Amino acid sequence: MSIENAQRSENRKLLVRLSIGAVAMFGFGFLLVPFYEKICEVTGINNLLKADEVVNTQVDTSRLITIEFDANIHDLPWRFHPLQSVVKVHPGELITIAYEVENTRDKPITGQAVPSYGPAVSGQFFRKMDCFCFTQQTLEAGERRTMPVAFVLDPALPDDVHTITLSYTFFEIAGKNASLPVSGGSGT
Amino acid sequence: MAAVTPDHLHDHHHGPSGLMRWITTTNHKDIGTMYLLFSFIMFLSGGVMALTIRAELFQPGLQVVEPEFFNQLTTMHGLVMVFGAIMPAFVGFANWMLPLMIGASDMAFARMNNWSFWLLPVAAVMLIGSFFVPGGATAAGWTLYPPLSVQMGMGMDLAIFAVHIMGISSIMGAINIVVTILNMRAPGMTLMKMPLFCWTWLITAYLLIAVMPVLAGAVTMILTDRHFGTSFFNAAGGGDPVLFQHIFWFFGHPEVYIMILPAFGIVSQIIPTFARKPLFGYASMVYATASIAVLSFVVWAHHMFATGMPAQGQLFFMYATMLIAVPTGVKVFNWIATMWRGSMTFETPMLWSVGFIFVFTLGGFTGLICAIAPVDIQLHDTYYVVAHFHYVLVAGSLFALFAGAYYWLPKWTGHMPNETIGKLHFWCSMVFFNITFFPMHFLGLAGMPRRIPDYALQFADFNALATVGAFGFGLSQLIFIVVVVKCVRGGEKAAARSWEDADGLEWTVPSPAPHHTFEVAPVFK
Amino acid sequence: MNLSGRLAGSGLSLIVSGSALAQSRYNFQEPVTSVAEQLYDLHTLMLIICAVIFVAVFGVMFWSVFKHRKSRGAVAANFHESTTVEILWTIIPVFILVGMAWPATRTILYMKDTSSPDITIKATGYQWKWGYDYLQGEGEGIRFVSNLSTPREQIEGSEAKGEHYLLEVDNPVVVPVGKKVRILTTASDVIHSWWVPAFGVKQDAIPGFIRDTWFRADREGIYRGNCVELCGKDHGYMPIEVHVVSAEAYSQWVAKQVASKAALAAN
Repeated sequence: MSIENAQRSENRKLLVRLSIGAVAMFGFGFLLVPFYEKICEVTGINNLLKADEVVNTQVDTSRLITIEFDANIHDLPWRFHPLQSVVKVHPGELITIAYEVENTRDKPITGQAVPSYGPAVSGQFFRKMDCFCFTQQTLEAGERRTMPVAFVLDPALPDDVHTITLSYTFFEIAGKNASLPVSGGSGT
Repeated sequence: MAAVTPDHLHDHHHGPSGLMRWITTTNHKDIGTMYLLFSFIMFLSGGVMALTIRAELFQPGLQVVEPEFFNQLTTMHGLVMVFGAIMPAFVGFANWMLPLMIGASDMAFARMNNWSFWLLPVAAVMLIGSFFVPGGATAAGWTLYPPLSVQMGMGMDLAIFAVHIMGISSIMGAINIVVTILNMRAPGMTLMKMPLFCWTWLITAYLLIAVMPVLAGAVTMILTDRHFGTSFFNAAGGGDPVLFQHIFWFFGHPEVYIMILPAFGIVSQIIPTFARKPLFGYASMVYATASIAVLSFVVWAHHMFATGMPAQGQLFFMYATMLIAVPTGVKVFNWIATMWRGSMTFETPMLWSVGFIFVFTLGGFTGLICAIAPVDIQLHDTYYVVAHFHYVLVAGSLFALFAGAYYWLPKWTGHMPNETIGKLHFWCSMVFFNITFFPMHFLGLAGMPRRIPDYALQFADFNALATVGAFGFGLSQLIFIVVVVKCVRGGEKAAARSWEDADGLEWTVPSPAPHHTFEVAPVFK
Repeated sequence: MNLSGRLAGSGLSLIVSGSALAQSRYNFQEPVTSVAEQLYDLHTLMLIICAVIFVAVFGVMFWSVFKHRKSRGAVAANFHESTTVEILWTIIPVFILVGMAWPATRTILYMKDTSSPDITIKATGYQWKWGYDYLQGEGEGIRFVSNLSTPREQIEGSEAKGEHYLLEVDNPVVVPVGKKVRILTTASDVIHSWWVPAFGVKQDAIPGFIRDTWFRADREGIYRGNCVELCGKDHGYMPIEVHVVSAEAYSQWVAKQVASKAALAAN
């Protein structure tokens, strides 16, 4: 009988250990979220809301990189476009460009711009000093706003990258204005 | 897969009778039977969905179902077959056979065993019932990618809860299996003397414990994104839809091996029996299984080559994926070496096993071709992929399940399955399987995307052929019901050692296996 | 290494003669870009290697199935272990795999080089249509939406299906021949995927993010593709149609687009 009891307690011990393992893996699933964000931050894929520091301001005049600007709207009654579609820059130069955004609705709306880079690997070499994407933007009814982006391209940019696209997508921040009844937009 | 628990041994069985007996049973054989029956019912329901899909695709244009319902069908076919049919079927085999194979009287936690089974019908009702809620079942694909899955209606929430419940059931089942194998082996049965089926299930159970919770986490995040304003996968709130794919496939790729490793185990039991020769390279089989399991954790992003990951990422996941071909190859070589210079006979279980090796390996080759990242850019999300995973899941897992069912039916029912009907079942399945899925390779190469209800005209011939094959395959499975019913009702009496050269403890108990076996642990030499 | 190298060599020589016979019925569509050509050859090489292994392995198995039967009086041997054999059939596949990985690696690096395009076009996936913006290069500023143009009657079967059933759109993408075109993809609602098989280009379009890929079409013609990521109800009804035209024809098309846009603005 005692052998059976010993067996039972052995079984129970293993059960507890394996259950802890299962619970830990459930936690691990959620841990993947910050882990993924960390990887994206290190590789610069998703560097969203904070200004970068310049590590090396040496201008590399031997290379000329083409940078294209792109704008997307996600479910917002806004007009949004870059004021210049392409610039050619030397890595290390401080460049300021601007986007223009206009609220075509007759009520204030808040949006958040999310940057994205193509090719994705170039994101980590794109150092933004100032960007409208660092904060939420609230536009009054019919307001038109010019928003600058100041950036430096890190000279450590891999040699095989010659063209980079910086793309912003504006998303509506729900909740801020969602409580307001949505009337048919009159446009401009 | 069959209600086969012997009734004439009732004198050994004290407890409620009738329905209550099945609801309250803690006997591993009863529970195994229920698992098998449940999975066969789910297999038929998933099959009906598949046939509806094939009927719609019989010719171009919309004839049978609307696109929205078509998407629900493809999604539910995937979920039902993976979580309802294949996985519970293997757990059923584990319940029935593991204690018999290692000389244990029952599973380690008999009551928990009952629970892990009875959660399944609850989940199945939720899943299938979601067809009837407003908006219908989820139509986001079985992979449930956001943001599409966030758009879905109530059916999606039901599917998420069903996945949670099935996940809990799988984890409890897996824990039970690990504890049973590690703690309850008969004296003398060291780990390296265990039948290979036990080894593959031990490793599978660890995989289940490791990845089912991750899936539960992923679908929970979708749930909170849908209803509680989080934005794990929503770019507007700083999330990323691709993150879900990483988490999902971190579960999803080991899941693929969860569905195939026990199949390897079954085939490794059957081939030595009918070749009348011990399994070649037992130790290397164990190591190969373990290395497949380990590698399965570092290949997940090969499902995501088209998402646009950096070149380094593509290279890493391509190399890692190709590496899996090595242990898989070792397994196939070992099986063939087992057959080599044996004295083979081809009863139904052996036919299914040889068929398994042949057709599964074809699926392995297409897998290798898909592993080559640049080629996969062309093949991703086309019918080529559909062909590939049906070759490994139908010809792989399902054929092995049938092989195992024919092999152990004598032990379950006490009667030999009818060889003629069994062979008919095999040959019909084999022929129609290939008629259904082989043309899909060509469809995918020529550019037909998956998950579409309607297609361009150049794909018409092969689709018509595939549909004919699918109906043939579906109908062939009804033959199996005939075999099982005949086998339960009567037939040639099975000896304790039902197959001439079968080896293992399960063949030392009478056929059918009495309600209680190995109350006193046998000594294994 | 030697074995796989030779295999690869003989495979490649077969491909050269084979690619001229490209049929889109049983194989990849006829490639019109260098990337698609590399993918085509890579696939053929893989197929040949796999076929050789397949014949060898199953030759042995079926030999055994027919010879080593009990009914033919075969007596079972009793060997069940050989470390030498195990090591051999672990090492040899590794070398074959290295032979496969080598050309694949080169192609991956080639495909990822989206630098210095002549034209950049952004493809935006919507439920269920594609939007195109010409962002840079000749034709900059052109933008339009591209919808399925197959009539509903053909889908429902009340009308005979046309030759390009489900692969035709109202506003096709037009690009000049021989120029490097960079495609940026993004989406406005759910994930879509932009695929033109003849170009060897497939890129998921992810809401809130851009991804890039490229092609340089070598031959004029009309090339068709589909959305390949499940995106909801009409996933099967958002095709892609690309017209590759001569440089002159492209300039004319651009002029026409600009003129019609100006006319629209004037109105």
